[in-house]
Amino acid sequence: MTKKLIVIGAGMASGRMLEHLIDANPDAYDITLFNAEPRGNYNRLMLSPVLSGEKTYEEIVTHDAAWYEERGVTCRFGEKVVAIDTENKVVTGENGALPYDKLVIATGSNPFIIPLPGHDLPGVIPYRDLEDTEAMMALGAGKRAVVIGGGLLGLEAAAGMAARGTEVDVVHIMGHLMERQLDEAAGYLLRRSLTQKGIRVHCKANSKQILSDDNGHVRALQLDDGTELPCDLLVMAVGIRPSTALGKEAGLEVNRGIVVDDHMVTSNPDVLALGECVEHAGAIFGLVAPLYDQAKVLAKTLLGEEARFVQKEVATKLKVTGCDLFSAGDFAEGEGREDIVFRDPARGVYKRLILEGNRLIGAVMYGDTADGAWFHGLIKDATDVEEMRETLIFGPAYQGGAAADPMAAVAALPRDAEICGCNGVCKGQIEDAINAGAGDLGAVRAKTKASASCGTCTGLVEQILSATLGDAFVIPAAQSVCGCTDLSHEDVRRLIKSQELKSQEAVWQELGWTTRNGCHVCRPAVNFYLLADWPLDYVDDPQSRFVNERNHANIQKDGTYSVMPRMWGGMTTPQELMAIALAAEKYGATVKVTGGQRIDLLGVKKEDLPGIWHDLNEAGMVSGHAYTKGLRTVKTCVGSEWCRFGTQDSTGLGIALERRLWGSWTPHKVKLGVSGCPRNCAEATCKDVGIVCVDSGFQIGVAGAAGMDVKETERLVDVPTEEEAMEWTVAFIQLYRENAKYLDRPYKWVAKVGLDWVKETLADAAERQALVERFDLSQSVYQKDPWAEQAKPEVARRFHPLADLTLEAAE
Amino acid sequence: MNWIDIGHIDDIPLRGARLVKTPVGCVAIFRTAEAEVFAASNTCPHKAGPLSEGILHGQKVTCPLHNWVFDLNTGEAQGADEGRIATYPVRLDGDRILLDGIAVGKRSAA
Ligand code: SRM
Ligand SMILES: Cc1cc2nc3c(=O)[nH]c(=O)nc-3n(C[C@H](O)[C@H](O)[C@H](O)COP(=O)(O)OP(=O)(O)OC[C@H]3O[C@@H](n4cnc5c(N)ncnc54)[C@H](O)[C@@H]3O)c2cc1C
Ligand code: SF4
Ligand code: FES
Repeated sequence: MTKKLIVIGAGMASGRMLEHLIDANPDAYDITLFNAEPRGNYNRLMLSPVLSGEKTYEEIVTHDAAWYEERGVTCRFGEKVVAIDTENKVVTGENGALPYDKLVIATGSNPFIIPLPGHDLPGVIPYRDLEDTEAMMALGAGKRAVVIGGGLLGLEAAAGMAARGTEVDVVHIMGHLMERQLDEAAGYLLRRSLTQKGIRVHCKANSKQILSDDNGHVRALQLDDGTELPCDLLVMAVGIRPSTALGKEAGLEVNRGIVVDDHMVTSNPDVLALGECVEHAGAIFGLVAPLYDQAKVLAKTLLGEEARFVQKEVATKLKVTGCDLFSAGDFAEGEGREDIVFRDPARGVYKRLILEGNRLIGAVMYGDTADGAWFHGLIKDATDVEEMRETLIFGPAYQGGAAADPMAAVAALPRDAEICGCNGVCKGQIEDAINAGAGDLGAVRAKTKASASCGTCTGLVEQILSATLGDAFVIPAAQSVCGCTDLSHEDVRRLIKSQELKSQEAVWQELGWTTRNGCHVCRPAVNFYLLADWPLDYVDDPQSRFVNERNHANIQKDGTYSVMPRMWGGMTTPQELMAIALAAEKYGATVKVTGGQRIDLLGVKKEDLPGIWHDLNEAGMVSGHAYTKGLRTVKTCVGSEWCRFGTQDSTGLGIALERRLWGSWTPHKVKLGVSGCPRNCAEATCKDVGIVCVDSGFQIGVAGAAGMDVKETERLVDVPTEEEAMEWTVAFIQLYRENAKYLDRPYKWVAKVGLDWVKETLADAAERQALVERFDLSQSVYQKDPWAEQAKPEVARRFHPLADLTLEAAE
Repeated sequence: MNWIDIGHIDDIPLRGARLVKTPVGCVAIFRTAEAEVFAASNTCPHKAGPLSEGILHGQKVTCPLHNWVFDLNTGEAQGADEGRIATYPVRLDGDRILLDGIAVGKRSAA
């Protein structure tokens, strides 16, 4: 008599298994197939194309009624199995019981639902089956949806709905999309593509609760920070859990999944299992490729043939049109690895290979994934790639081939990208001028005025000349920022502005960086450029700063730190002095009066920093920023308050300037001086900005130096009032912040752009005002005492070791 | 090997480092990517700069005092500089950071 086989679940895995089994021996078993969904096997992967409208449901059905009938499979669709009795070998469905000789469990997995308040409201769905897909398709234009989860499923859901005109917000808890499959760079490109499709992406976003309308239907998702994202439908795609309940109740061995051996047999010899519900050698599964291997093995086991399931590296693709990504193998975790990075900003391509010794162990690609299968092969076969190391990243077609194009970033610019900020000249105008005969820099300048003012865009204009004229134009060698790029600081600054690059990842990718995340030379510079240009969008990255700026104190030769509170304009009080004295005593610091009119506490241990800051904060003092590329000191003299020669209140002006400017980040440090008369006791004439008071008002000098170079300031302007002196000073500093190369003091920067250009720019009252406004906007974010922030207990922990293993060793 | 749990991955800022005191001295745990950590001596062979305070880039660290660069895989100084820092086995188990106790001079398990 034919043996009875019951299969629970008509999904991807069991479908493939039945094909193998029946192909090999149609008469081996009398088969009954249960499925909770009221239909047979369809291609679940293809739900996304159905959602987006690229396919219909009919096109993705793999086994229709005729298929089952021809093969004599008894279908009990729309009927859930509720119990398994392994002792008596009986399965109970909703419509009755049935005995088996062999049983196959293929129940797949259950979508995980975060138990947020409101998760059970109507209008909150997972993304797993046709019903879910239809709910999303029903929305259409004019409606809004929120997707929680920026992984594979969530993004396919978002893109599918967006393709039907629904407005979609994606909320993702991690720093970048698909973080399990992609690195930050590829995550950035993916986000860019989705944004271009009109999808709003919120990363690092924590969901708080789901809100309902008067009818008890979902109305909005509320985030931790209070933001409400309105929606008519909320899709949760945050992960899956193997569907193991049946197996567990039947007494089978279950960990995260139903445990199976290499033959796909569970802890009971007559019960087999496959698909997302199983656990094999500690692993569970979420992609279809390994399930197909399981299907093959399970069919053989049922037929009494020897076969073993072996896990292999799987590769990921995202089925969203226009988002071409590929990832395989291991691209994070572990030691002994080496990266090869290739970026082509013009085509929006990013590729990264991860090597361990002579083997390729991981690959991440975006934009051009044609070589994905080839790389996947190298990974799976553990091929020795030593011979092709140099050209590996160019794929099989290029073996022996091309190098990265240093001009790719400029070539990639659109015609309306602004090249010359001073004169508002776009790339297209420059190209047109060149095509009309302007064959060198001088001619382009004459014709378009590009690079004719401050000159910082000269490098870009030259690159456009070269890109347009080819070999006919030779670019004079400009110094690049570092080995990670061929662009100069000035080019990078210009492109960050004109391309509106607002994150480090955007800079690395769009400007074709050759490393994963820069180096100690370029990253601090790029971090500064981004925060100076986009104070509201970009968040300062402490890990891109030198130790002093990260620890808010100067590191000393012995690894201790010096602590210097601000002493506004060099003025202090007995109370402040007492607090400083107490702190010095408490933390064993050496006390020194600095050349900048304030007091330095030297030799403080790192662990003590939060404590000493806290004490100084209590006495009303804030960080003196003696460690920053930012405002340092404003040196003043006693001025008209006390001095018999004083013409104005130089102390008061100095204090006002320091209060206005403190906390701002600048390309290099900035020091000011205000002297009450031309005797110049505050040494104002060798400062970055030095003001000398005279009877008729204020003489503002800039670009002085008294460090490695000594140079007298040059007169910027004479103004009659204190307000104007403030306005010109702030505007000058903002101009410096927006234009100078990182680590150029103002005197170096002014020498490059010319004092005339600076004067001309600032003489325009509207421009001056705009600069002041932009400075104040930046200060609204950055003018805060870092000590107060760092002294908070949760932050202060970072100043202590993570663990102490010496204590236990002593036991 | 004697894997000792020393903390959660998020205790270390991305592209930052934290110290662990051990019988062989201060060991710096570097987090170079979301889920990528290295362990090496905190002390620069040049003039004893604290490497945990350096800037991390790729899988390298730059010493905060005079910019020597070390590859965290091998511990070797890069470029013209010559020297090496000790590296220690460390791995991630989910979100937990595990350091090899034996390599850092601890005989028995905690
Ligand atoms: C503490 C102080 C010396 C003192 O005991 O008086 C000092 C100490 C340092 N100076 Fe200075 N400078 C100090 C006033 C000066 C002055 C005089 C002044 O500000 O009136 C100058 C000349 C003016 C100028 O800024 O150009 C000065 C020109 C420099 C330079 C050269 C800058 C240049 O552009 O040429 C450096 C190097 C650098 O910044 O790259 C420097 C760098 C340093 C550093 C931060 C070196 C470092 O990176 O570790 C020193 C920290 C020592 C430590 O262990 O804490 N220090 N330094 C002074 C702090 C003033 C304050 O209250 O903030
Ligand atoms: C929208 C979407 C897109 C995807 N895209 C990809 C992709 O591009 N690439 C890729 O590799 N993978 C993709 N996947 C994952 C892939 O579809 C799954 O890995 C695969 O379907 C799992 O197969 P399975 O047979 O284990 O489970 P399923 O296909 O889920 O089948 C399980 C079946 O069992 C039924 N069932 C459960 N419990 C019972 C019960 N008690 N009684 C009766 N029946 C029951 C369920 O109703 C279901 O029909 C995608 C998944 C989704 C949802
Ligand atoms: S002059 Fe400045 S940098 Fe030089 S030793 Fe003195 S404090 Fe240090
Ligand atoms: S101490 Fe590290 S480079 Fe000098």
